[in-house]
Amino acid sequence: MRPKIMEEVEGLRGINSLNIKEAHEAGRKVVGMYCIFSPQEISLAADAISVTLCGTTQAPVGDAERELPRNLCALIKSSYGYAITDTCPYFYFSDVLLAETTCDGKKKMYELMGKIKPMHVMNLPQTAKDDDALDIWKNEMVKFKKFLEREFKLEITDDKLRDAIKLMNRERIAMKRLHELNTHKPAPLTGMDMMLAQWLKGFNVDKEAGIELIERLIAEVEARMEKGIYAFNENAPRILLTGCPIGSGSEKVLKILEESGASVVALENCTGYKGLDTLVDETKDPVTAIAEKYLSTSCSCMTYNEGRLDLIKRLAEEYKVDGVVDLTWIACHTYNVESYAVRNFVRDELGLPFLQIETDYSDSDVGQIKVRTEAFLETMVSAITA
Amino acid sequence: MISVGIDVGSVAAKAAAYDGEKILVTALMPTGWSPKESGGQLLKIIMGELNITKNDIGTIVGTGYGRVSLPFADKKITEITCHGRGAHYIDPRIRTIIDIGGQDSKVIRINKKGNVVDFLMNDKCAAGTGRFLQVMSNALEIDIDELSQLASGAEPANINSMCTVFAESEVVSLIAEGTPKNAIASGLLHSVCNKTYSLVGKMGIEEIVFFSGGVSRSKKMGELLSKKLRVEVRSSDESQFVGAIGAAIIGYEQIKQPALLFEQK
Repeated sequence: MRPKIMEEVEGLRGINSLNIKEAHEAGRKVVGMYCIFSPQEISLAADAISVTLCGTTQAPVGDAERELPRNLCALIKSSYGYAITDTCPYFYFSDVLLAETTCDGKKKMYELMGKIKPMHVMNLPQTAKDDDALDIWKNEMVKFKKFLEREFKLEITDDKLRDAIKLMNRERIAMKRLHELNTHKPAPLTGMDMMLAQWLKGFNVDKEAGIELIERLIAEVEARMEKGIYAFNENAPRILLTGCPIGSGSEKVLKILEESGASVVALENCTGYKGLDTLVDETKDPVTAIAEKYLSTSCSCMTYNEGRLDLIKRLAEEYKVDGVVDLTWIACHTYNVESYAVRNFVRDELGLPFLQIETDYSDSDVGQIKVRTEAFLETMVSAITA
Repeated sequence: MISVGIDVGSVAAKAAAYDGEKILVTALMPTGWSPKESGGQLLKIIMGELNITKNDIGTIVGTGYGRVSLPFADKKITEITCHGRGAHYIDPRIRTIIDIGGQDSKVIRINKKGNVVDFLMNDKCAAGTGRFLQVMSNALEIDIDELSQLASGAEPANINSMCTVFAESEVVSLIAEGTPKNAIASGLLHSVCNKTYSLVGKMGIEEIVFFSGGVSRSKKMGELLSKKLRVEVRSSDESQFVGAIGAAIIGYEQIKQPALLFEQK
């Protein structure tokens, strides 16, 4: 018995593929992106629509494998596959693509994708720690700004940037409030619904409408909570899901966890809370503030990434988590290597059970994932009842 | 009141009955093509041996990969959790279980209560499992139970391929070249031992180490593992029944204190 507004949320992708067509026909510009390092504020300040592009199903992977190696992250293959098969309406209507040199795989895939549409690649520093990292990233912001100004033949003023910052911050705050509903025990929302609400909102053409929808969802869930309606009972083990991003189509592990009786209360990954954690500072020079916020993203492609451990700790405490599951897409070296540090941190410092699952978008290993997930959840039950 | 645990594996189905203090009886049969059939058969055998009816059975717990196919099981628990409790019953000092079954192998670390602390599985590939030894026994034209005997005392021939399919080709070539069959058999056991060693490496070992699963019937395999891991790897007559025993014990707890487990959808 899900919140009614989830029906509206699920309809978002369909409605917005029409909305984006209409917007395009009305002369609006569209900037398509893949990643939470993408500075949406700059696209918005250029009066463009900022949308996430598809990359979360197995369907186009076969086509992608004609040009990309099979031994590559499924998210990268899927994103590229959608592009070359012309099956993502948002990609179709994108005037420009925004890319970043996050991981090796994406970087090389973007070389191929950049041949399909105008693309701007931002050069993300390898580390956020060096003194000049912020200057480098600020300069990349300026480059992107100039790129859009040239492409769209307009000026991006500081005032427009400030407005965009306020809008994005409001979106982040609304989304955070939605997540925070799940700090309650038991959780009022399933992890699936939480993931869907955030992921689908990325396809929203009209950000104000998106914020309003999330706020209505929050209100409905709060009303249900007052009536004692929750998504799980008190005994359901509470899980924090971290690691690689997921979406509709690649939610296999999340789905299996919840089908096995777990309540996925926290999503530390970039599908979830990771990009919401810090707001853009509205008191600073806009370009500097934007650069600071995005540089602080705790993705494994950055070295070093202690910020992720801090975020996991905070979420584990706030969300009263019983265990941590770390999802690694096969061939994702950065999250895979980092899993070792996360495992030790979660087990030794947080004293929580930890499970890493390495998989891809296919259904071939559902049985194997189920047995590991069930065994993992069984250890939590014995811990609770020991 | 009795509880029954049924462990339906890929090759063999095992069952055990528990009365709250000890395991009363165990039974084993090939899983065949229907886990439901073999599970049901085992239940009949157990009831026959103990001269009881369904009414005397408090809970039936199903485990193993075939657990989803047992409609008469009151609870379904993974073999990982069941192995932990089963090993604890056999010897409460056990802290590491090496389980090599028909089509997977696992290393399970447990605490002093028999609860699982960590585990690692290889269920993506036949290398290092009973299936590997089955395929190779066929290539050697012997029964799998004769493999250890054949390997006894022989220096191992080098089997380079990890993959069961390619290793089989290798074995056939070795036979054709005239390599003695006992050297090949020894090499195959070493191959499984090496694969297990790398799995164990990731988990680490804490004594006492217990060897379970169908492949543990090979004493030679146990010796090789002890040598490679530099720690005593023990097994017992109950080695193949660890999962069923654990399932029965967990089942008994359900009789005493039901619904401690959260509901799986």
